[in-house]
Amino acid sequence: MLSIRQGQVSIALVCMVLGFMLAVQFRTTQDSKSSVSYQRVEELSQRLLQTEKERDGLLTEVNRLKTTSGQEAQSQELADLKMGAGVVPVEGPGVTITIDDSKTKSKAGENPNLYLIHDDDLLKVINELKAAGAEAISINEQRLIATSEIRCAGPTLSVNNIRSAPPYEIKAIGDAKNLENALKMRGGVVETLQVWGIQINVKPDTNVHVPAYKSTFHFQFMKAATEDGEKQ
Amino acid sequence: MILPVVGLIVGILIGTFCPISIPQEYAKFFSVALLASLDSVFGGLRAAAEEKFDNTVFISGFFTNALLAAVLVYIGDRLGIDLYYVALLAFGLRIFQNLAIIRRYFLRK
Repeated sequence: MLSIRQGQVSIALVCMVLGFMLAVQFRTTQDSKSSVSYQRVEELSQRLLQTEKERDGLLTEVNRLKTTSGQEAQSQELADLKMGAGVVPVEGPGVTITIDDSKTKSKAGENPNLYLIHDDDLLKVINELKAAGAEAISINEQRLIATSEIRCAGPTLSVNNIRSAPPYEIKAIGDAKNLENALKMRGGVVETLQVWGIQINVKPDTNVHVPAYKSTFHFQFMKAATEDGEKQ
Repeated sequence: MILPVVGLIVGILIGTFCPISIPQEYAKFFSVALLASLDSVFGGLRAAAEEKFDNTVFISGFFTNALLAAVLVYIGDRLGIDLYYVALLAFGLRIFQNLAIIRRYFLRK
């Protein structure tokens, strides 16, 4: 065996320190490796890193989309507004309604007005169509817009300040089935008008063409309010 | 030869039952210090095998090596240089060299 004669006690002391260190280190390593919190921290930090990477990717994508497609979104919005305002011709599924004065002669003593079409008859039809979800309506090729009027002008009817005589042709774009049913329901507009012999014909169509509003807009009194003005 | 072995066993027992645990951030220094002390012990064994053993050199080497290793790793940490691996490599190499010499000594005997 090795011959170490001198200082056995001090060597024993050193060996003790070494053993102590070994044991402590061993336990520390085991503790940290097996402890749940340590593993959890590892896992969480991994996931945090991954999520941050994902977030950064999404942020850059959002920025990219904002810069590139802002123009597109705006033009899409503009197109929608134009269609809603009625300045572009539109087409789509819907119904075509033709209305004409009654063929039956008024009996003596009866009011002949009852057998003619009046503005309120047409207004009822239009109102019914709007309630049934019509997106665009025209009367005798006059597009109905927000400021369109429908009123009697002698024997004729004035729409958008353009006069036209019967028969009237109303075109409406929307769910054809809905529009037709709304008009033809029991006790509805069509039935009421037919009592007086007024000829009304509802024809669903897969493609109805509604023209654009032909005049121009000019606003004498109104102007866009500022944000502050709206709040007050 | 009995006394050092007894010392080692007592040390291990104390370490096992002593509720001392090294904090995570100091574990690195401690492990390097441990490696340095291991190296010192093997160096001492080798010296004994070559019959050049000196008690003072052995004990001072044991503590100085351990402290120096830990300090070196700490400085490396501060400077951003991973001296940890350097110490590991150096001490590991030396331990194996010492072991080889001790083995040859026993084989020759």
